[in-house]
Amino acid sequence: MSEPLTGAEIVLKSLSDQGVEVIFGYPGGAVLPIYDSLFKQNSIRHILVRQEGGAIHAAEGYARSTGKIGVVLVTSGPGATNVVTGLTDAMMDSVPIVCITGQVPQHLIGSDAFQECDTTGITRPCTKHNYLVKDVNKLSSVFHEAFAIANNGRPGPVLIDIPKDVQFATGKYENKEKNLIPKHRLFEPQVKANEKSIEDAVKLIANAEKPIFYIGGGCINSGVEASNLVTQFVEETNFPATMTLMGLGVLPSSHKNSLGMLGMHGMYEANMAMHDCDVMINIGARFDDRVTGRLDSFSPNSKKIHIDIDASNINKTINVDIPIIGDIKSVMKQFFSSWEKNQFKVKKNNLDIWWNQINEWKKIDCLGFEQNDSIIKPQHAIKRLYELTKDRKTFITTEVGQHQMWAAQYYKFEKPNRWLTSGGLGTMGYGLPAAIGAQVANPKDLVIDIAGDASILMNIQEMSTAVQHRLPVKIFILNNEYMGMVRQWQELLHGGRYSESYTDSLPDFVKLAESFKAKGLRAKKVDELDDVIKEMINSEETVIADIWINKEENCFPMIQSGSAHNEMLLNKEQKQDKKSAEKGKVLV
Amino acid sequence: MNQSVYNTPNTKPEINRHILTVLVDNEPGVLARVIGMFSGRGYNIDSLNVAEVNNNNHLSRITIVTHGTKEVVQQIQSQLMRIVPVHSVINLDKEGRSVEAEVALIYMFLNDENKKEAYQICDFFRARKIENENNTIIFEIAGASERINTFIKDISKIALIEIVRSGPVAISSINKNNKEE
Repeated sequence: MSEPLTGAEIVLKSLSDQGVEVIFGYPGGAVLPIYDSLFKQNSIRHILVRQEGGAIHAAEGYARSTGKIGVVLVTSGPGATNVVTGLTDAMMDSVPIVCITGQVPQHLIGSDAFQECDTTGITRPCTKHNYLVKDVNKLSSVFHEAFAIANNGRPGPVLIDIPKDVQFATGKYENKEKNLIPKHRLFEPQVKANEKSIEDAVKLIANAEKPIFYIGGGCINSGVEASNLVTQFVEETNFPATMTLMGLGVLPSSHKNSLGMLGMHGMYEANMAMHDCDVMINIGARFDDRVTGRLDSFSPNSKKIHIDIDASNINKTINVDIPIIGDIKSVMKQFFSSWEKNQFKVKKNNLDIWWNQINEWKKIDCLGFEQNDSIIKPQHAIKRLYELTKDRKTFITTEVGQHQMWAAQYYKFEKPNRWLTSGGLGTMGYGLPAAIGAQVANPKDLVIDIAGDASILMNIQEMSTAVQHRLPVKIFILNNEYMGMVRQWQELLHGGRYSESYTDSLPDFVKLAESFKAKGLRAKKVDELDDVIKEMINSEETVIADIWINKEENCFPMIQSGSAHNEMLLNKEQKQDKKSAEKGKVLV
Repeated sequence: MNQSVYNTPNTKPEINRHILTVLVDNEPGVLARVIGMFSGRGYNIDSLNVAEVNNNNHLSRITIVTHGTKEVVQQIQSQLMRIVPVHSVINLDKEGRSVEAEVALIYMFLNDENKKEAYQICDFFRARKIENENNTIIFEIAGASERINTFIKDISKIALIEIVRSGPVAISSINKNNKEE
């Protein structure tokens, strides 16, 4: 029926069949045939990055801000090894990515050829699945399967390695519809959960006296409707709810039931409520160690319900009483129908007492700070950024470190898919390329990378990408000349010996921006801050805003490693007790 | 017991031996995916055995003997199910009834003094002599691992030997007459 195509043409046809609009990539010897086919078509836009690591983070930003699959195209050898960090990041944070790598021609595989590496071997543990395609006739079916796997169940990255001779060879193309993927290869994810566990869970919820919802990034992956359903269920029960770093935005931050983020730098009231609760309803979170703190004293008196699409997350670190395997959207619907069918009512009196307790904890005002002198406090900078951008559709990305935690604490997220941060892997250098990806997907909206002075330098070359593609991303650097989080840990755990955490010879970020033909702004004093933020967000250019902040500021509240949820430090003056400090030292 | 860096509450975890039988698509890299998951997540492999069992559909059966607590073995099973070419994972100990067997080949350095006794032991354990072109003495023994252990223990007392073992394979012995496959 159809004419034979070259492997490279099949790649492009598969991508457009899958509805791909944008790919992020960097050319090289082993992908030249694909770049040649790319040149001859107009439906797919290519964003040229400056280093492959940037391409994959940009694809992550694109995917997380849209819910679509991010696509990456890089060459063999160093091209492939440079995407390994991003693949691992996408694996940890469940981001759907399809990454295409070139490979040396088949007759050279295994000969240590120029720019050869064992790509599928290297990326096996950091992808959901990967392929080395040796037969051009299988190329299209591999692509269709790869897209299905990336998005199916718990999303993740899939890599397709294509030897150069396969890109040149001619073969037949199979349509997406015709291509039947064997069921077992898609994990046959249990979308609808077991009715019995739903009944048990709902009954437990109805009888709870000190309940809490613990909401994670799985809700965002399940789609906007899932977030709405979760919010409705929180309202129906009037239970308090806390969100993980990945789950911010599922429930609006301004919602009266929201206790904000929990975990190591989470809210005091959220962590205390997690510790003291009698029923915990985990929706799409995975009991990450940043959340649980010390395991043997994690929420010791609660019955735990855990909803997750990935069975391997159940009982991985915390044993739960009612595991529910399923997609959150359908599980929440099942919750509602069971709730209504049984005409369950919550225990209002007990709940009132619980809320009174929580309100007592809130009075501590764990995020309180004083901005009195002229040096800008980082908390104040984020607060102002939020106030001045809250009325616009704003996407926030971050790098990793203190600025990331301050952003999570002080920027209030009202909607899902607006907050893009590297949670599981904690990849410095994530924010700028992720912002580029988000801006590509949302050209009219405001995209801000809240960065630190150390992190931003890890992928600063992507400034060039942003300017070339006219992507007006805003980089808001909280500059304290330190790797702030490293310094904070050295202060708390290593006697204030700041080994290699001070950055000497930082660039002049304003001049740096200008050298990329972008706009550079700076605020040194508190009275300059608002003007800089306004100028930044009103500019149509790519902007770096260099905000000089108080150098010694630390990120609080904090549960130090080895401590439990009810042992938070609220400020510098408090110290962790010696025994847990010693134990905590060995932990990450 | 788990992979977290934090200490865990469990007091005395009970560690048991488990045999997992994993049905996979026989495609390049599938074994690497399985054993990579074990080493990457710090699980144990006591022995491992792979061979294609269905030539038409290219299906292979991997038999893995591992040990760990109930929770760890459950986690291993869930992690195996996340591997794309994996069809099914069955914990044969959980199923209750299964039979297992392994094969060992033993090269023996014999002389006039120990030959007779060695042959008697082989005979007693029903080990079979394998004829070969070089006329060297090689025995084959198949059966339960414990029996092979005892055989090796006995024979090594009287002769120098070289051993190769397959590791156990196992199959569920539950009546499957009503089921397909």
